[in-house]
Amino acid sequence: MRYEAPITVNEAVKLLAGKSGIAKVLAGGTDLLVQMKTDRIEPDLVVDVKRIPGMRDIAAKGGGFRIGAAVSSAELGEHKALKKAWPGVVEAANLIGSHQIQGRATIVGNMCNASPAADSVPALVAAGAVAVVAGPKGKRNVPVEKIATGPGKTSLKKGEFVEAILLPKRPPKSGDAYLRFIPRTEMDIAVVGVGVNLTLDAKGVCTAARVGLGAVAAQVLLVPEAAKALIGTKVDAAALDELAAACSAACRPIDDRRGTKEFRIKVAGVLARRAAAIALKRARGK
Amino acid sequence: MSRVHVSTTVNGDAVEYLCEADETLLDVLRDRLGLTGAKEGCGTGDCGACSVTIDGRLVCSCLVLGAEAGGRKIGTVEGLANGDKLHPLQKKFLEHAALQCGICTPGFLVAAKALLDHNPNPTETEIRFGLAGNLCRCTGYDKIVRAVQAAAAEMRKG
Repeated sequence: MRYEAPITVNEAVKLLAGKSGIAKVLAGGTDLLVQMKTDRIEPDLVVDVKRIPGMRDIAAKGGGFRIGAAVSSAELGEHKALKKAWPGVVEAANLIGSHQIQGRATIVGNMCNASPAADSVPALVAAGAVAVVAGPKGKRNVPVEKIATGPGKTSLKKGEFVEAILLPKRPPKSGDAYLRFIPRTEMDIAVVGVGVNLTLDAKGVCTAARVGLGAVAAQVLLVPEAAKALIGTKVDAAALDELAAACSAACRPIDDRRGTKEFRIKVAGVLARRAAAIALKRARGK
Repeated sequence: MSRVHVSTTVNGDAVEYLCEADETLLDVLRDRLGLTGAKEGCGTGDCGACSVTIDGRLVCSCLVLGAEAGGRKIGTVEGLANGDKLHPLQKKFLEHAALQCGICTPGFLVAAKALLDHNPNPTETEIRFGLAGNLCRCTGYDKIVRAVQAAAAEMRKG
């Protein structure tokens, strides 16, 4: 294996595109090094992107935020403005692993590892976050929900890597939230995860919403029907019932040792309802 | 396989080493630098026995490549004591018998120090959450939590 730590994006792309064997991007390494240790992957080349300027920065951009690929979850949790604007995204990222893992794990890595149960991804999908993909043909912006195509698989092409996540500008009276179910009280893999993001008008009517569902399909799902259940309502009990039904209906889960299909379908609805209530409170400024 | 040349700082001392590209920082610390405080428990970031700090941030050294460490500031359990004078955490771990086999202890000490650096007066809940990334299979967590509380109290007195 070769280790390279380029200092420009172009250099990183050239390295990733030029290698014939398995080339992997290293940011926090909390998935990659485990996969290497357990022989699930034997890379010929590891490209550490942490030395590229901007990769470790959270920057205000276009009224929103640009989060570099190597920003750790701990750093997200310490960024007051980000936490205020996107509490759901930050709380989702902060659920991943222990303090030790938080010090290294990144949301870009969480997304590119393409686990259906990745905690930060439903929150990012709900937020309408966009991945900035750099590659041999230049840069392209890809909605987060289009990155993972199945467990461990992404839509990234040879030579491409994600250099940042963009979070959009926040309209007034907006709130987001992420909830997951795990059998333990912490440090576990989501059996179901739900991200809800909504915006209210002056009268308290929901004008925009997005809902992301994790661990209930081969990849994290954006559920437009769930958003429709909220838009145009005051997010009252009837709307929450419809939201829960839409989320349960969108699930295409598997049975595994952490949860059955029936359980996941039911819990997706329950958590969506609870996450929406928290997002609503936050949108109202409480 | 080409070796990587790394210049970095460990516990305030400038160090240089050559390591394999896929060698973990934990293996570098133990096998090349002779710092055997950090232990390999699981090797997959679950147990915290290999905890060190990089630029002040707590990490599992088993999930860091030695090659990545260039120009960073690494802190290990060996850097806790000041010469012969034990760090208050080390002293209180001894006084409270917060260790039996000792394998998890260096990781707990490094994690507890990182916790107290950020939060000098943590509640019991905050200590338990703060140390949730460190597994102990023999002492039991209660004595460890008591030791951290006692050390925090002493450190606040200054």
